[in-house]
Amino acid sequence: MYKDILGDIDNIEIWPTISFVIFFLFFLILIWWVLKADKSFITEMSNKPFEDGIDTERREAIKSNEL
Amino acid sequence: MELEKINYDNKIVKAFIIATVTFGIIGMSVGLLAAIQLFYPLWNFDLQYTSFGRIRPLHTNAVVFAFVGNAMFVGIYYSMQRLLKARMFSDLLSWIHFWGWQLIILAAVITLPLGMTSSKEYAELEWPIDIAITIIWVVFGWNMIGTILRRREKHMYVAIWFYIATFVTVAVLHIVNSFAIPVTMFKSYSWYAGVQDALVQWWYGHNAVAFFLTTPFLGLMYYFLPKAANRPVYSYKLSIVHFWSLIFIYIWAGPHHLLYTSLPDWAQSLGVVFSIMLIAPSWGGMLNGLLTLRGAWDRVREDPVLKFMVVAVTAYGMATLEGPLLSLKNVNAIAHFTDWIIAHVHVGGLGWNGFLTFGMLYWVIPRMWGTKLYSTKLANLHFWVGTLGIMFYALPLYIAGVVQSLMWKEFTADGFLQYQNFLETTTQILPMYMLRAVGGSLYLTGVIIMAYNLIKTAYAGKFIANEEAEVAPMVKTVSSGGHWHHVLERKPVIFTVLALVAILIGGAIEMVPTFLIKSNIPTIASVKPYTPLELHGRDIYVREGCVGCHSQMVRPFRSEVQRYDPTNGEYSKAGEYVYDHPFYGAQTVPALTCNA
Repeated sequence: MYKDILGDIDNIEIWPTISFVIFFLFFLILIWWVLKADKSFITEMSNKPFEDGIDTERREAIKSNEL
Repeated sequence: MELEKINYDNKIVKAFIIATVTFGIIGMSVGLLAAIQLFYPLWNFDLQYTSFGRIRPLHTNAVVFAFVGNAMFVGIYYSMQRLLKARMFSDLLSWIHFWGWQLIILAAVITLPLGMTSSKEYAELEWPIDIAITIIWVVFGWNMIGTILRRREKHMYVAIWFYIATFVTVAVLHIVNSFAIPVTMFKSYSWYAGVQDALVQWWYGHNAVAFFLTTPFLGLMYYFLPKAANRPVYSYKLSIVHFWSLIFIYIWAGPHHLLYTSLPDWAQSLGVVFSIMLIAPSWGGMLNGLLTLRGAWDRVREDPVLKFMVVAVTAYGMATLEGPLLSLKNVNAIAHFTDWIIAHVHVGGLGWNGFLTFGMLYWVIPRMWGTKLYSTKLANLHFWVGTLGIMFYALPLYIAGVVQSLMWKEFTADGFLQYQNFLETTTQILPMYMLRAVGGSLYLTGVIIMAYNLIKTAYAGKFIANEEAEVAPMVKTVSSGGHWHHVLERKPVIFTVLALVAILIGGAIEMVPTFLIKSNIPTIASVKPYTPLELHGRDIYVREGCVGCHSQMVRPFRSEVQRYDPTNGEYSKAGEYVYDHPFYGAQTVPALTCNA
């Protein structure tokens, strides 16, 4: 049944081309954005793994068996 | 600003760690058994349940879904809470996910040796278990999206994007590939037939590697490598481009598993082109990982965690260069159906997934138990035994692959096959199979050493079930405006939908034409539906896992046509398979076929 539905759509063959163009444009915009991105934002983002709210001093103390 | 006190759930992470190590040892032991069976048939124990054909899918399922799957959940549950500054959305969902996943593994351990299998690669489990996988996967996704929506962090770090893509894509892959017509409780036939089934199987198979073994581990790399090296990722900008280009391109490359088969030529070419393009994002990601260690290479000498991670990322780079090269038709003509492919997947599996998992475990366990690693020496020993294991595994199989291929294609001066009997190639490479088993034993020994070291570490410390953290609450009012990609990172639902669209487009363009355009599969008048007796024979072929080695595909090579159909000189055509649910055509040795 799905074959009939999809097969009946006019000019279905143009869909892949349209999709490709959309994504190609998406990539161009992405690259443009990445190149122009605000440096402080990028630095902030790349530091995310180090901001988990855990008291690192406490952790070091636990590690060295002071607590 | 008032800081909020929250607890990160370490208990669920601990449960997944235990499952990872346990199933790692079991899955690798089963793999070693299968490797030994290939040169020492006595180890089949003369039992149907332990024959190679049934043991092989047990090994692949155990290492992919039980070992790597549980390892992925260790990393995701640990890192996601900390990156989003939120405990998991629901502890109940976490535990349903954990136990559900382990029960599915148990079901696989029981049904596969009993011969209950659909025989589709990496998707052998029968339909009731497929439904259970779908439910548990949705529970995992629900918990993950719930956590993201409750986060106290405005922007999602790149690792989270990889986790979202993993959830969405694996769901789509699993559902589409598992469509089947059940006939009994544990027997079903694939919904698709012939080359259409082949395309679906390898769209799934290839992307299972992409989105189960690669994207979640890239997420883990982007979190744990900076943590272990104690410095941020080399280029966050590169990671953004890496993510979008990888998920968009990967999904198209599946047909490279079906080169020279009766799949339409245009689909094969599509697979080749996208496979070559894949080198760019893959190597972008690899370099981003390695360059994160800039200025910290001296620490790699001392820290076993970094050692494991460096080899893991390097193995990722090697496997993702080799993969596209194997997709070139001239290389594929030599390598496909040979042991080269087995070596290739194990460089990825043992090197990338295995070593990244080990590095992560050595890093995470001392922190979760508030102590130091029990023995750095033992961890270093594990590193070297494991590395040697990978080399002893891969190198003999590369040689075996080339030997097989050259022997299959060798002709005498009179134009006959030099090695007419297939067994001649098999006996020739037996020493390589023995060396491979040595490699596997070394690798498994390393894992056992790690298990001992990790258990001793845990006993030396005290488990922190709920890790306290102090975080700033999320301020809602600032969530409008800004650049479009900033906005996107703040909107997880839109982000998820975009990721879904990106992977659906590739999948649809690959498959829809093959399903719709009749000229892609020319009919053959003499091909009739199978008789009940033939169908019964096919069921035995499926049950015994013959497809693990034997395809039903004769490629259009002089050597193969002469070996399998010397009288008519015919190779396989798409029309021959229209009644095959499922289709077989992509395994190691092209032997059992309708023509033969």
